[in-house]
Amino acid sequence: MNSMANVVVIGGGVVGSAIAYGLAKIGGRGAGVVVLDEGDDAIRASRVNFGLVWLHSKGDGMAAYGFWTRKSCDIWRQFADEIRDETGVNTHYVKSGGLNYCLSEAEFETRTEMITRMREQADNDPYEARMIDRAELQRLMPRAQFGHEVLGASFGPHDGTCSPLNLLHALHAGLKKHGADYRPNSPALEVKPLAQGFEVRTPRGTITTPKVVLAAGHGSMKLERALGFDVEIIAERGQIVVTERVADMGILPANGVRQTVEGTVIIGSTTEDVGFDTSTTPQAGATMVRRQLRVFPALAHVRAVRTWAGLRTLTRDECPVYEASEQYPGAFIATCHSGVTLAAVHAKVLADAIHRGKFTPEIGAFHGRRLK
Amino acid sequence: MSQELITVYVEGTPVSVSPHDSAAAAALKAGLAHTRLSPVSGEPRAPYCMMGVCFECLMVIDGVPSRQACMVRVHAGMRIERQNEAKVWA
Repeated sequence: MNSMANVVVIGGGVVGSAIAYGLAKIGGRGAGVVVLDEGDDAIRASRVNFGLVWLHSKGDGMAAYGFWTRKSCDIWRQFADEIRDETGVNTHYVKSGGLNYCLSEAEFETRTEMITRMREQADNDPYEARMIDRAELQRLMPRAQFGHEVLGASFGPHDGTCSPLNLLHALHAGLKKHGADYRPNSPALEVKPLAQGFEVRTPRGTITTPKVVLAAGHGSMKLERALGFDVEIIAERGQIVVTERVADMGILPANGVRQTVEGTVIIGSTTEDVGFDTSTTPQAGATMVRRQLRVFPALAHVRAVRTWAGLRTLTRDECPVYEASEQYPGAFIATCHSGVTLAAVHAKVLADAIHRGKFTPEIGAFHGRRLK
Repeated sequence: MSQELITVYVEGTPVSVSPHDSAAAAALKAGLAHTRLSPVSGEPRAPYCMMGVCFECLMVIDGVPSRQACMVRVHAGMRIERQNEAKVWA
């Protein structure tokens, strides 16, 4: 069955859905937004995520990424409230501030250098991160019993967490609410530029559209050339261990350990170059857990119930790429590692630029030519 | 099918059960209205699916907490207790 759309977003994960949600919201009913998604067998980073909405370690070497992420952290609260009011789905966003623990003098020093370097790279420090010592950690978390190696941590006041599964659910519910046409099990098999607009072929017919947004994670790689894009997206495996549900101890989220709203503790994560292999390994689980046991020795009495692995979607410099095709006006590509953190700016700022058909300098800074 | 019954201890009370029963079945036979308190909400919970998927039946069995009682077969003298404590983890 052939159909027409005003805009086709290829990719129904957290990046494609956030952009499509924004587009549908701007356009109102009749916006003609179609979202093409794969099925449950898709390699889907959105469903294996740690759930950090995180700033303070992003953008070392690319200050624009720091500012862009800060903007998202600044509007995440409003975004979360809006989508909850519209759909009834709570993303459980909390801007608690976030930590990165240091377990030796060397780690503390390296982290201090990084925080300082990142502050100095940006004209107007978007991070406001600082190093805190063990005594301050104890003041922030009076009930915690830290391991003896915990010297301190870096602290980012704009960091927080959400439930990534609820976020994806909320976006899909929002798409429906705003009249977008979400099509599961409908991967884009081919995208072809026409004299005017594009033709997107799916197993369920061809869609003609003046505008197409490629946001399919690893799936973008096989479609992008036809639209004149050449962005390399690298798969990096991350494994996570999850525990039984335990008491709420008022613990701030950290890189590598946080308690979810459901009561489980999730422990992460690896960075492995293994291609498209999403299996888990006991060695990785043991290494991650051992590290967090040095932070919270009481974790030794908690049972691990499950592990899983996902594939990050990375560019060479780990920063996002957004491009509007010069060769084929109306074609856009968006790819990034931090689809959860950036969901708010994707829905509110990037979607607006795509709607207007023109990137602002703020977004244009993320052109992939920097990686060539 | 007649077979010998064995004795297990549910919250310290002896209960006679078939050796093929699960610990959750023994807890139900003992008449426990709930088998744990949710560590998140504090709500009482009880065995539900009886086939290992819902994780509602977590109990302390022979001193080991958070076991899926519906997936554990009884043995003579087994101690089956409610799980009311939320574990301290940090």
